[in-house]
Parts: sequence; C-alpha cells; structure tokens
Amino acid sequence: MKYATYCLLIVLGFLGLSVMSSINEYVFFAGFVILQFVILATAWNILGGYAGYVNFGVPAFIAMGAYTAVVLFKSISAPLVVQIIGGGILAGALGLGVGLLTLKLRGIFFSIATVAVVFILETVVNNWRYVGGATGMQLTRPPDLWFFESYTRMLFFVMAVLAVLSVSIARYVQDSFLGRGLRAVRDSEEAAECSGVPTLKIKLIACTISGALMGVAGSPMPMYLSYIEPASTFNLSYSIYALGMPIIGGTSHWIGPVIGALLLATLQQIVTVTVSNELNVLIVGVLLVLFVVIAPEGILGLVKKWKQSSK
Amino acid sequence: MFSVDLIFEAVLFGILLGCFYAAVSLGLSVAFGLLDVPYVAHPALLILGSYFTFMLAKTGIDPIVCGVLLMPVFYLIGIGFYRFYYETFEKRSTETGVRGLAFFFGMAFIIEVCLILFFGVDQRTVAASYIGSSLEIGEYRFPYRMLVAFGIAVVLTVVLTIYFSKTFNGRAIKAVGQDEGALRLMGANPVKIKQLAFGIATAINALAGAMLIIVGPVEPSMDRIYIGRTFCVVVLAGLGSMSGTLVAGLVLGIAESVVMMAFGASWAPAVSFGLLLLMLGVRPQGLFGR
Amino acid sequence: METILEVNNVVKQFGGFTALSGVSLNVLQGERLGLIGPNGSGKTTLINCISGAYTNYQGSIRFDGQEITPLQAHQRTKRGIARSFQIPRPFSSMTVMENLLVPFAFVGGKDGPEQQKEAMEILQRMGLADKAFVQSNQLSQVELRKMELARAMAAKPKLLISDEAMAGLAGAEVDEVLQILFDLNKLGITIIMIEHIMQAVMKFSQRVVCLDAGKIICEGTPETIVKNPDVQRAYLGD
Repeated sequence: MKYATYCLLIVLGFLGLSVMSSINEYVFFAGFVILQFVILATAWNILGGYAGYVNFGVPAFIAMGAYTAVVLFKSISAPLVVQIIGGGILAGALGLGVGLLTLKLRGIFFSIATVAVVFILETVVNNWRYVGGATGMQLTRPPDLWFFESYTRMLFFVMAVLAVLSVSIARYVQDSFLGRGLRAVRDSEEAAECSGVPTLKIKLIACTISGALMGVAGSPMPMYLSYIEPASTFNLSYSIYALGMPIIGGTSHWIGPVIGALLLATLQQIVTVTVSNELNVLIVGVLLVLFVVIAPEGILGLVKKWKQSSK
Repeated sequence: MFSVDLIFEAVLFGILLGCFYAAVSLGLSVAFGLLDVPYVAHPALLILGSYFTFMLAKTGIDPIVCGVLLMPVFYLIGIGFYRFYYETFEKRSTETGVRGLAFFFGMAFIIEVCLILFFGVDQRTVAASYIGSSLEIGEYRFPYRMLVAFGIAVVLTVVLTIYFSKTFNGRAIKAVGQDEGALRLMGANPVKIKQLAFGIATAINALAGAMLIIVGPVEPSMDRIYIGRTFCVVVLAGLGSMSGTLVAGLVLGIAESVVMMAFGASWAPAVSFGLLLLMLGVRPQGLFGR
Repeated sequence: METILEVNNVVKQFGGFTALSGVSLNVLQGERLGLIGPNGSGKTTLINCISGAYTNYQGSIRFDGQEITPLQAHQRTKRGIARSFQIPRPFSSMTVMENLLVPFAFVGGKDGPEQQKEAMEILQRMGLADKAFVQSNQLSQVELRKMELARAMAAKPKLLISDEAMAGLAGAEVDEVLQILFDLNKLGITIIMIEHIMQAVMKFSQRVVCLDAGKIICEGTPETIVKNPDVQRAYLGD
C-alpha cells in the first residue's frame, strides 16, 4: 500500500476513535500527550538524528509555539488553526536564528546555545505580564467544537493529524536530497563540503523545520490545559524525552522516533499516575544512557541485528 | 539614575561572586576546555558535591573540610567517568558527537533525579561559624561566607595555574588537548594523562560543591542554571585558558550583580546565558582562547 | 596548454604562526603536478586554501580564469575542484555506492538510476565494483583510499588534488593507486599529487614543486628536483 494511503487510513482511524462516545474521556486526555511526544521526537530527530546536532533546548521551541498561540488567541481571538500555524512559523524562525548564530561552530556549542535560549526566553516570559508572567494565566476555550463531543476529543484528533503530518515531513526529508546531505554532514562535515554539499544551508534548513514542528507541537497546549505558565512549559525535562525517544527508538529512520515516543510516552502516562513524575524521568534517563552505550542504533538497530542473525 | 554607591557595591559583590563562579567553572575548563570532552554533566556533579558536603557536614565537620575530604572520592569518580567515556565513545570515534553529548546529558538528569528522590526538592543548607555574619568595612557589608568562597577560589586558581605550568603532568595535560602525538613521543600515555585531568576536574567539583552550599542554599535542579554560568565562564575565557577563567568569572559575576541591582533578581538567570550567546555569536574563541 | 589554476602570492596565518608566506604557483590544464616538502612545510594548508577549506587567506587564487577566493568549499567543488583527504573521511553510515551518490546529487544535481550506473563505472575503474553495496566502514585501508578518489571523481572535477592517497600503503597497493591516477589523468583531469613516497612522485609527475616552511623553494622536472641542494637540505637537514 502506498504511504499516502496508510496516512489516510490512520487519520480516519483516529477520527473514528474520537467520535466513539463509549471511550473514556481520559483516553483522549492522555492520548494528546502521547501524540505530542510523537511530534516532538520526530521533530528532534530531523536535526539530531539525521544531521547529528543535538538540541537540548526543546522547551524553548515548545514554549514559542505555546506562547505565540496565547498571544494570537488573546489579541485577535485567533482560531486554533491560526494559532498552530503562527506557533510553527515563529518557532521555525527561532530555529533559524539559533542556527545562524551557532551552526557554524562545533556541535556542542549549538547544544549549549539551545539551553541558553530556554532560560533567556523563560526570563522574558516571566517578566511579561500580557501573557501572565511568572504566575501564568487562565484561558477560556472557545465554544466551537466542530462536530466533536468535547474539546479534548477535538484536540486529540487535531494532534493526530499534526502527528501524521510531522512524520510525513520527516519521511520526505529523509528520502530527499536533503536527507542525503544531512547524513553526509553527520558522517563527515568536511567531506560533505568537498562533495558539493552546502553544509551550512542544509543544517539551517533542518534546524528551521525541526524548530517549527516543535512549535506546532506546543501551540495546542494552552487550549488543552486552559492555562499557561512558564515553569512547566519551559521544563528542561522535555529535552530528555525528546532526545531519549528517538535515540531509544532509532535515529536513522523516521519510524524510530515514532516507536520510541509511543513506547515511552505510554510508559510515562502509567508511571506518572501510579508512582511519580521523577521516577519516569529516571527511567528515561537510564534507558537513554543504556541505549547510547549498548545499542546506539536503538530498537530499530536491535531488530535489524535480530533479523540478520536469524537468517 | 543609580547612585555611585549602589553601583560600587554591586561591582564589589560582583567581584566576590565572580571569583566564586570562576572556581566552580575550573573543572569544566579542564574537562571541556583542555580535553574537549562534552562534559555537560559538570554542573550536576557540582550539585552532587554540595549534597555530599551537606551529608558529611551533619557529622559536625566544617563544610570546607568536608569538601576537601570528598576530593579523593570525586577524583576516583572522575577517573571512572573518563575511563568509561573513553572506552565507550572516544575509542570508537564513530558519531561520538551525538552519543557523547546524549550520554552526559542523560547522566546529568539521572544525577538530578536521584537527588530529588533521595533528598526531595527542598533547599538544603549547611551551618558554620562564618555563615550568617558579615564583615563591615565603612558602609559596605561583605558576607563572611562570600569572603571564604572568594579565598578558596583564589587559592584553587593559583594552585591549578602553577600545577599546569610547572609540573610535568600539568604541562602534559595542557599539551594533550593540542597534540597527542607529540605527547606519546615524550613517553607519556595520553589516555592516562586525560584520565588524570578528568579526575582532577571532578575532584575540584567536590570542593566547589562545598563552596556552593556555603554561599547559599542548594536544591537539585540548580544544575540547570549552572550549565549557563559554568559554560558562560569557559566560553568567555576561551577553551584552554586557565587564567582566563578567573577573568571571565569576574566579568560574569559583575555583570550578574549589576543586572540584579538594576533590574531585580528575576533577570539574573538570563545574564549568564545571554553573555554566552553573545560570545558564541561575536567571538567564539573567547577572550583568551586558542 | 592553458593555465587552469593560478595561485598568486597566497599568505595564510594562524594567529601568530605563518603557514604560507607568499606562495605562487601556476598549473596547466591536463598537467600532472607533484607537490612535495617535509612535514609542516604547508602542503596541506596550501591544498586547504585551494579547495576552500580555508577562505580567509591573503592573495588570490584563480581557477578556470575566475577568482575563487570568495567561494566556499562546496561552491569550488561545483566549479570543478575535487580533493581527497590524507586520512580518509568516508560517510561511514553509507554504502560505497551511497558515498558516491552524494557528489552526484549535490554537484551534478541528480542521483537517479543513470547516476548509479555512472557510479558503478567509476567503481569498476577503481576495482571497487564488488564492494559497491558494502557499508563503507567495513573497507580496508587501500579500499578506503580508492573510495576517496572514486568519490572525488563522482564530482566530475577538472582538477583533482590527491592528498597523500598512498600514505601507509604497501608496494603493490601503491602501484594500484598510482595506476588509477594515471588513468584519470588520461581522461583529461589535471592532477596535483601530494606524496611522501618519492618513487611515486618521480614516476607520476611531469613537474614537481617543493615546499618548505611555507615557501616554494624549488620547481622543475623530477630529475632536477632530486638533485637540487635546497630540496636535499629541506628533507635531510643541514
């Protein structure tokens, strides 16, 4: 079956799920978060997995999306779609900016710069009363639910569509000349440059797309929570998840982040509710270190090895 | 706008603060500046040092002495860390960039979360005779704990600078980042030298961690803001420059202090990170770097 | 024959250290030029300036009649300058074929089945055809060197700079690589060869240039160079 057909079927499947009244509301509530991580992991991997540049500042891009949505909503009562597009554009611009500043330098400087952006943006937001400052602000969801029973169900479906879109973009990047160039940059930037790859331009493109998608993942959050505040939005733990999921799933193919996100985000829902948030961070951290040391190609790599050995 | 007095006091406090920042960044200056290890877990180890000091200080020992007593323990931890990093990543040198960074980032989170699970999120402090009172000179008050930290910082910097310029091992450490081949020809084993350097860098963190908890209360998530401060100092100084670390620390300390006075404490976290971004954009080799 | 590369008074400094102090060199189209000199004489620095790895040097470099100094490395590759690296830099996560498809895609603009056929032809010429779908991190040293040259060829260069392609290889392997370079030159490609293996340089070069401490100290036929006292002093010391 063609990929596009798969996508259509998946979207229809999620649509069907969203309109089934018998399903508990909590499923959609948790499902939203899981889908959000699918987008974040996929977005991170476009720069981290394909090009080898590690973004530690994931919350900065999420927050860019979220707070852009808040500003658009508060100022012009923008509908959800406009919020999402606006968030994506501004987060993409942030990616471009950070990239222009640091992608000419070695990888670790890019990584540290991404942490810097988190703190600087958080400080700015903390002092910006229009969006609620450090205490945050409440938001009232608009009454428009399309044809869904609840706002959460609608958001769940929107997230599903966004997830399919993000994965499709990652797949397109991977299979295009862009993906070939990014892999060359990751393997040897010098040799790539001498093989005609415009390394800086390619890195900037990947960084912009990656940032934009993370912003898109963040934009629906204010409506989802009916609330926005800096401390949780800028939480650096997002980074360990967005980076752990692709590494554990497998960074060389777009399906890796999806696998990693589905597994770990579902685990997160279970552990956070039954035990504690901290324990979940610990589990992801330990898994990340284990995989990086023992199975650097992630679950995908393990599956490949198992298939080869059983031939 | 602001009285000269206020600015002067902010600058003085900034000098004390700056020396403290320089001291807590020395370990990173060695591990990352000289050895090129992407040691983003450095601030987490700093906080770990603070908590170890906290636990040891409960037995009644003075916190500074605790820090010194912990140094051999941390030295061993550092050697272990480097050995592991070398065997797993540096030796194989395939895609070390992503994996090394992910490894240390993961370790930082693991350390932070373990601290939360063990100690909770509340702030911890230590008590000592010099904590709580201040030295008064004229109209200015200098908290004794800041003076103590200042003193330790100066001593550390002087000792390290002498070590790196006068001893064989110290000079070897400085050289190993630049030319491993030449070092091998001189009969020194680059891996052992790097191991030694990493051990020293981590041992410094024990004492620096003690200083941290003397200067103020400590809580597990503090490693995040210290990523900014320590990397700012190291980048500002320029990779490979020990003495530059002191100057860079002073610049950061004074900048933060003045900003705090002028705009309030809520803007303080942005100073180190902002300065860091500025340096990366304008002069990535730092003030004194190679 | 026309001049394909003009290096005019190039000066390159690293902080306080001057790696190249006024190097001038003309290379004719189709020529086989050998570049020799002791370690640290500036050979790789000169190559880096020509290929664009360094763009902030003083002086001018003209290729095919046009000033290329403001161009970055990937742009120079598109103009027709290719180089191999002293220590091979394969794209280790890719197969040999995929390695070649990178320059095809980015210099030629296409990486479809036609280009794959062309790539196979290049690999056949190098004796690497049977390794086309092997992952490049599993190749032997000499195979890696050949792949470096194959990948440079995939960029369809007019000028190929071979940076110590034979370093560390044994006798028969050296001859293999040398023959490849001869064959490439027969196709009309200008070749600058940097090498320490003197027999290879003498056999291959029509003209040899000797560099020492950032300056050209001698230029001439292989026979003249070998007898030149300055060259002997540079290599053997006083």
